Amino acid sequence: MQVKAITLKVNGRTHYVALPPNVTLLRALRDLGYTDVKSGCEKGDCGACAVLLDGQAVNSCLVLAWQAEGAEIITNSGLGTMEHPHPIQEAFADTGAAQCGYCTPGMIISAKALLDRNPHPTVDEIREAIAGNLCRCTGYGQIIEAIQRASAMMGQ
Amino acid sequence: MLPEFDLLQPRSLPEALEMLSAQRGGALPLAGGTNLVVDLRSGRRRPSLLVDISHLDELCAIRREGDRLVVGGGATIAQILDEPLIAEYAPSVREAARVFANPLVRNRATVGGNLVDGSPAANMPPPLLVLDAEVELSSRDGRRTMPLDDFLRGVRQTARRPDELLTAVRWAIPAPGSATAFYKVGLRKSDAIAVVAVAVLVEQDAAGVCRKARIALGSVAPRVIRAREAESALEGYPLTEERVAEAARLAAAATSPISDIRASAAYRRQVSESLVRRLLLAAREQG
Ligand SMILES: Cc1cc2nc3c(=O)[nH]c(=O)nc-3n(C[C@H](O)[C@H](O)[C@H](O)COP(=O)(O)OP(=O)(O)OC[C@H]3O[C@@H](n4cnc5c(N)ncnc54)[C@H](O)[C@@H]3O)c2cc1C
Ligand code: FES
Ligand code: FES
Repeated sequence: MQVKAITLKVNGRTHYVALPPNVTLLRALRDLGYTDVKSGCEKGDCGACAVLLDGQAVNSCLVLAWQAEGAEIITNSGLGTMEHPHPIQEAFADTGAAQCGYCTPGMIISAKALLDRNPHPTVDEIREAIAGNLCRCTGYGQIIEAIQRASAMMGQ
Repeated sequence: MLPEFDLLQPRSLPEALEMLSAQRGGALPLAGGTNLVVDLRSGRRRPSLLVDISHLDELCAIRREGDRLVVGGGATIAQILDEPLIAEYAPSVREAARVFANPLVRNRATVGGNLVDGSPAANMPPPLLVLDAEVELSSRDGRRTMPLDDFLRGVRQTARRPDELLTAVRWAIPAPGSATAFYKVGLRKSDAIAVVAVAVLVEQDAAGVCRKARIALGSVAPRVIRAREAESALEGYPLTEERVAEAARLAAAATSPISDIRASAAYRRQVSESLVRRLLLAAREQG
């Protein structure tokens, strides 16, 4: 297996890393310290590993790191900080949409992808947008509410 | 950890075909990875070499060529869902994309990967079969085209040679008076594997006589099938309730479902019959 030096652009920062081809983007991001990207199932079922890849929400466990070379990668921690949270992050906190928090970064990525395309989604559209993100704690009610609240906040 | 393999990243389609050909069948194409990466992890597939085709723009176009629609093998399911040409001329293809997996998977999963994977439960074959779609297979030595119906062989078996890429799917825009319908039964609203999926096409003349009928069923046989006897029972006749019911019975008889964790064989057969009847009646009204 050859190792290749690749460029990963994450949350506006450029990283040069040497990786063999069998490393997923999920693993590469976590090894770079982006531990907000969670590993749940590593087979596309749970969405905990979701990131934006050139603006599109994808499961980073199904993308090889080499395939993401040069792409613009955004993780949940790239959307906002503790001091300056993104409105979606703020809405998740205010609504109690995170319990254990494991699904939260992926949920927020799916919510961001939705609101980028559709700033005022219906409840059904929100449900569909997070269909690939499993939450084992909240029962989804607060998550849907948080996304509605974020939509209202961002629309002001 | 994924098992070890090497990965080639061609920059153009000719380069990709050259690589596949040079490997004499020892390499597997990698597109969205939504089947393949999962299979690598589980050990179900153990290729020593992958050829990454996910960056080849020339595989991704969706366009109209005269009276035909052409979808590149690398077009994603999300692209199908967003494409106005598909919405206008192939609503059942769009519907199959709408109920495909979830948004995260749809952004990576490709049409070519869906067809080449050869799953009997795949979403895209039923609506494409009723459109009499053809697949284009390219290799370094040239191109061949065959009906999708000949391409699909058995459980995860297709007519693709190891050095070939599925470069396009094409079909003629249905004649005026035609209507299609698609429905997938899953165990939940979203992100569900098909328990049964059915697509139909009917073309009626001004007098209401059925000129052409196509019925395809997924998840009820080793491959997505066409119910030819049921189709013949409709062609040349008005689509009365009785005739439609008879066709639905014949379609259910053409299935050979298995029982698994999602449903029993008996349930699948019964749902096949009701779905075929319901979709034919719905298409009859639209035509
Ligand atoms: C959570 C989840 C949910 C899913 N839900 C559904 C669903 O609802 N319906 C459904 O139909 N599928 C579903 N799938 C399966 C999968 O997403 C699809 O089959 C998808 O279309 C595969 O495309 P891909 O680009 O990811 O293929 P890959 O995984 O990259 O490849 C699949 C196979 O096709 C070959 N291949 C890929 N492209 C080409 C090409 N152009 N030419 C030749 N060979 C090629 C590869 O070598 C491999 O053997 C789901 C998968 C996951 C993980
Ligand atoms: S870890 Fe990627 S989908 Fe579960
Ligand atoms: S908050 Fe625990 S999984 Fe969603």
